[in-house]
Amino acid sequence: MSTAPQTTFEPKTATGRITNFVDERVGGSGMLREFGRKVFPDHWSFMFGEVALYTFVILLLSGTFLTFFFDPSMAETHYNGSYVPLKGVEMSVAYSSSLDISFEIRGGLFMRQVHHWSALLFVAAVSVHMLRVFFTGAFRKPRELNWVVGGVLLILSMAAGFTGYSLPDDLLSGNGLRIIDGVVKSIPIVGTYISFFLFGGEFPGTVIIGRLYMMHIMLVPALILLMIAIHLFMVVIHKHTQYPGPGRNDRNVVGYPLGPVYAAKAGGFFFIVFGIIAFVAATFTINPIWNYGPYDPSPVSAGTQPDWYIGWVDGALRLMPGWFFNIPMEWHIRFPWGVNTLSFNVLGPALIPAGIVFTALFLYPWIERWVTRDNREHHVLDRPRNVPTRTAIGVSGFIFYCVMWAAASSDLIATHFQVSLNDVTYWLRALFFIGPVLGFIVTKRVALALQRKDREIALHGRETGRIVRLPHGEFQEIHAQLDDYKRYKLVGYESPVAEEGIPNENGIVTKKENLRAKLSGFFFEDRVAPATPSELEAGHHHEAIEASDDDKAIKH
Amino acid sequence: MGNHSDGTPTSSDAVAKAGHDEVDKFQDPGLPPHRLRLADTDPKAAKRAEHQVAWLFIISIVGTLIFFVGYFGVRLDDTLDTLRLQNTFLGIGVAFAMLGIGTGIVHWARALMPDHEVAEERHELRSEEDRLAAIQIIDDIVDETGIKRRPLIRNTLIGAVALAPLPAIAIFRDLGPLPGNALRHTLWKEGERLSRDPDGTPIRAADVTIGSAFHVIPESLNKLEHGKLNEKAKAVVLLMRLNPEDLNPSEGREDWAYNGIVAYSKICTHVGCPVALYEQQTHHLLCPCHQSTFDLTQECKVIFGPAVRPLPQLPITVDAEGYLVAQSDFHEPVGPSFWERG
Ligand code: HEM
Ligand code: FES
Repeated sequence: MSTAPQTTFEPKTATGRITNFVDERVGGSGMLREFGRKVFPDHWSFMFGEVALYTFVILLLSGTFLTFFFDPSMAETHYNGSYVPLKGVEMSVAYSSSLDISFEIRGGLFMRQVHHWSALLFVAAVSVHMLRVFFTGAFRKPRELNWVVGGVLLILSMAAGFTGYSLPDDLLSGNGLRIIDGVVKSIPIVGTYISFFLFGGEFPGTVIIGRLYMMHIMLVPALILLMIAIHLFMVVIHKHTQYPGPGRNDRNVVGYPLGPVYAAKAGGFFFIVFGIIAFVAATFTINPIWNYGPYDPSPVSAGTQPDWYIGWVDGALRLMPGWFFNIPMEWHIRFPWGVNTLSFNVLGPALIPAGIVFTALFLYPWIERWVTRDNREHHVLDRPRNVPTRTAIGVSGFIFYCVMWAAASSDLIATHFQVSLNDVTYWLRALFFIGPVLGFIVTKRVALALQRKDREIALHGRETGRIVRLPHGEFQEIHAQLDDYKRYKLVGYESPVAEEGIPNENGIVTKKENLRAKLSGFFFEDRVAPATPSELEAGHHHEAIEASDDDKAIKH
Repeated sequence: MGNHSDGTPTSSDAVAKAGHDEVDKFQDPGLPPHRLRLADTDPKAAKRAEHQVAWLFIISIVGTLIFFVGYFGVRLDDTLDTLRLQNTFLGIGVAFAMLGIGTGIVHWARALMPDHEVAEERHELRSEEDRLAAIQIIDDIVDETGIKRRPLIRNTLIGAVALAPLPAIAIFRDLGPLPGNALRHTLWKEGERLSRDPDGTPIRAADVTIGSAFHVIPESLNKLEHGKLNEKAKAVVLLMRLNPEDLNPSEGREDWAYNGIVAYSKICTHVGCPVALYEQQTHHLLCPCHQSTFDLTQECKVIFGPAVRPLPQLPITVDAEGYLVAQSDFHEPVGPSFWERG
């Protein structure tokens, strides 16, 4: 309630006076009252989102420093700095200014390293954060839209990284751009035009660095900032999810109040992240551009890698065979006006895997909701093992990604393990299809096994390792029963069963509903039900029956 | 036994049918009792924690000092060593400065600030009443505009709004020129000498021994005033000499080589990396970017990897002084495919 400010309230302390001053003018007290003690659940896996946020802040700070010295011009110049091996070499102003940042500006190299390492960590943190959200089911209602915002952030973070990687105009960054140019040119009808508009003419031209620079320091960070604002706003509206456990349910939120504990831990963590990045920047060189030389379309060194987050797309390009046995993957299509070229060997791997990954990512919350018909709000997370099918789907997608990612290093794998490069590629091509399927099957089995183990522990307690001999001679291990709190953690979950198709108002099971029923079967057929009090009760009386009971708990 | 796995739907809304009898379910025992930390009960432990936090903050101060030692104390000469040394000082300094503060605060929060977990009710996100009111307001607003009753206004508005963004697209037209024929031509022309990359010295046929390979640019490239990189990006060539009997030229290409010396575009037909690796024994060219492999003995046909088309060959011969020259430009566009390539 806002009181009538001027007259009644007389602050007594200094804090009170400042608060009063601010409140009378902008009315912040209500907000502080709302947020000052807002409860945040705590768990180590909630850290990744924080890391993403903090690394972004560090990127803004270090990037701003770099802008004071970096010059995105592609004009030709002759290097005249203090790095002897490159003296007099012809290069772009952008490259020469990046060298100057490294060699002439004290702390400049450090800032470049901080910037690059935080970029790598930023994209990694965003990715792992998304995996956490997926595997714990945090994307479910009411958080679907925030999941989508997170997906957009993932794409933007890769765009930020790529545009930044291209700026110093060294040999590697220019080669990355050349690959992008080749991919763009493979787009039907408009590809050549986009390439010419992007580069202001033929590759490499003299404008691309300036254009990327604008996107890198303005457009993309602004969009990221906007998305982060929306993202955090929604987190506040929804309140954080929490892991299941005693005392936690969908109607409450259990954790530490924002002030002081949570804020202190989170704030302190920012400094820790910064400190770790500074340490890594001090000890491990990243992107030593002076070793690569200026961009030149002619040389290239083998074994060079793109930044890790671009790897999967590059890997997809590598995996695609140009010839499928004797069939070329580039097609010449006859039209009334002549012949046009469709370069599926480039376009396919550039678009299809990324298309699959992102479409699946964006649609998944809606697909799962449709299949499970679960339209309730969820604020308690799932333990991944308790939703075996979702977990298996996630692992399967993750493997799909990892195979492509590994393919981007096929040459390094080959040289490291001394096997033929072609064999590595053949294996990876096979894994590209088989890996996700195997991953699905194995993960699902493992999740079910873990669930069964949970049941076992909930009903019989933990093994203590102590063996006793019973009066009639049998040996038995003593099991320590769990207390109620620990047990609840193991049994407090839902295990829905697969649904038959539900007839609509005309009594007909539509085709769509049939499909849904099938998918529901796919989702819920294999299940392990949580242990129940009556089982526990029964277990205390007849230990013997329990053994066979477990096998029944999993039904097919 | 075992009926726990046979579900009975509990509600027609059937969100998720509870897999077991609702009553036969463990009850939530509530939050576990709070356990006190050592520092909560023992003033000595609390004092100890206090000192630890202070020490961490002092480490941070030392870190900041280390930074300044590095910044002002290390003289940069022209070697990488001093640069590395300074970078290490700066980095380690900042690392300690930050980690000291960070770990200090976190330790403080963990050991000394109240660690009671508290439960807060979640508010209803939405109230039925608000939503109805909101829908009503939208309906009213739409109604008051009368847009439903006046299709003329509606349709012209749709037309206007659909067209209005077009200038925003068209205005980007001058980002670059139209492709035209640019991708079909390179600097190579009849009589253009093949010269070494990067210094541009011309190559005599006699200098090219069997098994050797040259990175080649057109001789006139280095004389260009501007646009050098653009031209180089299309014109770079690999020159190799094989035994003439290892070459298997197809019809019409028999005289494109000179004495077993062949010249091929170095721009990969996949997405354009320089095909820089020549394996002498196998006569294979390998692109380091995605490992497309081209076989010199089959006119650079693709034998592995994602590229489809062979590398374009540059027809060469020698001029009167014995220097290698091009017979003409490439007979097809070099580099990655594009829609209009045909
Ligand atoms: C939002 C996430 C960002 C990512 C992922 C990112 C990533 C990168 C990367 C990988 C580089 C190459 C670094 C190198 O030289 O090794 C780079 C360069 C650069 N970035 Fe960023 N950056 C981000 C934001 C920013 C912001 C906000 C600014 C400025 C306000 C900025 C300014 C620069 C500048 C000036 C360079 C070129 C300096 C140089 O390479 O020496 N960046 N960025
Ligand atoms: S660019 Fe040569 S294989 Fe991709």
